Amino acid sequence: MSTISLPQSSYIRDNSRTFIDWLKSWLLTVDHKRIAILYLLSINFFFLLGGLAATLVRVELITPQGDLMSSDVYNRAFTLHGVIMVFFFLIPSIPAVLGNFLVPLMIGARDLAFPRLNLLSWYLYMIGGIFALIAAVFGGVDTGWTFYTPFTSTYSNSNVVMSITGVFIMGFSSILTGLNFIATIHKMRAPGLTWFRLPLFIWANYATSIIQILATPVLGIALLLVIVERVWGVGIYDPALGGDPLLFQHLFWFYSHPAVYIMILPAMGVISELISTFSRKRIFGYEFIAFSSIAIAILGFLVWGHHMFVSSQSVYAGLIFSFITMLVAIPSAIKVFNWTATLYKGSISYRTPMLYALGFIGLFVIGGLTGIFLGVTAVDLHVTDTYFVVAHFHYVMVGGTIMAYLGGIHFWWPKMTGRMYNEIWGSIAALIIFVGFNMTFFPQFILGYLGMPRRYHVYPPEFQILHVMSTAGASILAIGFIVPLIYLAISLRKGAIAGDNPWGATGLEWKTSSPPPTFNFDKTPIVTEEAYAYPPEAAERDAASWRPGSPL
Amino acid sequence: MATITHEEAHVHAHGPELQHQFETPEQQKEAATLGMWAFLVTEIMLFGGIFMAYIVYRWAFPEAWEESAALLNTPLATVNTVVLLVSSLTVALAVNAAEEGNKRRLLTMLALTMLLGLTFLVIKGYEYSEKFAHCAGAKDPISWITGSDLHESHECLVPGRGFLFPEEHGATGGSHGAAHTASMQSGHQLFFLLYFCATGLHAIHMIIGLGVMSAITIMALRDRFSPTYFTPVEIGGLYWHLIDIIWVFLFPLFYLV
Repeated sequence: MSTISLPQSSYIRDNSRTFIDWLKSWLLTVDHKRIAILYLLSINFFFLLGGLAATLVRVELITPQGDLMSSDVYNRAFTLHGVIMVFFFLIPSIPAVLGNFLVPLMIGARDLAFPRLNLLSWYLYMIGGIFALIAAVFGGVDTGWTFYTPFTSTYSNSNVVMSITGVFIMGFSSILTGLNFIATIHKMRAPGLTWFRLPLFIWANYATSIIQILATPVLGIALLLVIVERVWGVGIYDPALGGDPLLFQHLFWFYSHPAVYIMILPAMGVISELISTFSRKRIFGYEFIAFSSIAIAILGFLVWGHHMFVSSQSVYAGLIFSFITMLVAIPSAIKVFNWTATLYKGSISYRTPMLYALGFIGLFVIGGLTGIFLGVTAVDLHVTDTYFVVAHFHYVMVGGTIMAYLGGIHFWWPKMTGRMYNEIWGSIAALIIFVGFNMTFFPQFILGYLGMPRRYHVYPPEFQILHVMSTAGASILAIGFIVPLIYLAISLRKGAIAGDNPWGATGLEWKTSSPPPTFNFDKTPIVTEEAYAYPPEAAERDAASWRPGSPL
Repeated sequence: MATITHEEAHVHAHGPELQHQFETPEQQKEAATLGMWAFLVTEIMLFGGIFMAYIVYRWAFPEAWEESAALLNTPLATVNTVVLLVSSLTVALAVNAAEEGNKRRLLTMLALTMLLGLTFLVIKGYEYSEKFAHCAGAKDPISWITGSDLHESHECLVPGRGFLFPEEHGATGGSHGAAHTASMQSGHQLFFLLYFCATGLHAIHMIIGLGVMSAITIMALRDRFSPTYFTPVEIGGLYWHLIDIIWVFLFPLFYLV
């Protein structure tokens, strides 16, 4: 295949003559790659919106007094940040964008098993998003993203029903994506592509899909009951009417704890791909990484009670939840050790995706270890609802998921668009994000340990220095997120033509042209070897051809 | 260009019902069935939340559960159970007819299934309207609609502000203080709330099921099915069975406590 020009026909090109035809060809498409692009645009829009709300929060916290906004407005700002980021960015981010684009390509299929369902799930996502936006525009919500009852069901005077409806609808989009992936991965693998030859990204998405179809409906019903309670004024969760607010917490965390793994598991899949490709080595302990994804998915269902150590749940239940929480550390650690072992004696090249992957490992270790602190009931009682918790989950969600998301976008950008991004700017942005991220969230560990509670807009003056550091870091982080937007946009026109396989990676997605044709492969590929089959001498060859200043 | 020729060849080699992303009809059928099963799991989890709430509140208010269940219309629900079980049989026969390519029997069975589903909804609707009629002070739905024979409401089992659990069915003996009555009321109210939520959600599924069955009937009328291709009948049937099974759990949990 030529490396000088883009392929004549690809999924991006079509022969529509008018603008309306072109618009229709995108909005009514059933091509998984086009749907992935639709998701990419809409999810990034919501990411920027959530980021804007975070900016408001951080700016308010520069001074100990509440000078920019009232406590009520502040509540609405952090709720907007939480709801948008969790439900409309983190949960769909990697599965819906990268997963949609890559699952059929990686398994050698022409499309997902249910292409129309796939389009429907994008529309559901958008409808849910519009509900959330309307709720935000008409005054916002002040309950926090966790929608705890009885505040949500009885006392809050904000647009609870509207935003809950949005989240409810978005949940179905998530279910349908999971359903589609499960059927696709089971039934549409190319000849010869056995389960243990699958890329680990597929395993990770498979585990994620299981969580999506099992946990999301429970959130749906929990939120539906909140709506019923608000609209009809009957007590499901309101203790004054005989209800039990704890029931909501149980149902909510039964979804929302596994949801954390919906966010991180696909990210781990991306990292497995990146680490192996940029070390030029077969991944270490393939089966262990694959099964650790499944183990995390299963254990993830059994630990929801660790969000409720300070609720009235029984101490014995708390102890058991605490113990199982510790168990989650095992498969997580297996992954980290295996990635590290893959790096050992590999030919490591510090291209932008690899910078994100290495950043991921470091930040995820910090996020994961502080998770163990929080899983210990004694420590948790001390730091519950403090910035320690905030810092912990941002290390996992931002330091983990967003790093992997960006790493994955850079890695597969040439496949999606056919063009390379600017490597120098890419590396600079990755470093800015890494520095900005740590500066934003590390001080929050200290703040939380010293007793700064979350969700307060005024605080004692002695915390100011740490808060200012955090806000300064957030400004750097914001720059780090904007820079890629610019150079990626520029690369669409000016980027070098990538060719089919710019990274010399294994995997079926690199065997077709970039960008791929509508039906992915000219003829169905046949797989005869394991994933990550880098020849033993690949690392040495890379080392020999290395020259100073070469990005590879 | 190569891909398009490939696709055309693909379409010509098999029937038009084979979608572009699949290699063989078997693969398409297996994927559809697997997808449906996964969807059924999701549905069970959706109802699972309500069952969880049921467990919690039955544990909290055992007496209220017993007293409230007595006020549901068990005979009608029993009839409904029979109706649904028979509809499960007719759906199974419809799938069988599709497999044999017997169009007439397929259409008959689909029509019967829809008729039974409709009967279920009518009976369920009558049960609901009975409860609403009592709130309005009428003896039964008919006198409620005609507006005759209205009297002071002494029973309202629809959750909400007007909820009123009849005295004679309440706890006998012990204190009759206001606080006691209020907490009793809330237990009973929760029972009926869960009853309306669970059976309402079930009824919504039933309505969707009827829509699915109508779509399948239209497809059958247009000769879309053959002994080699009847996947929609099969997965539609799976969905219908799910609706039945959920009712089989709801019936004892609410009516036969």
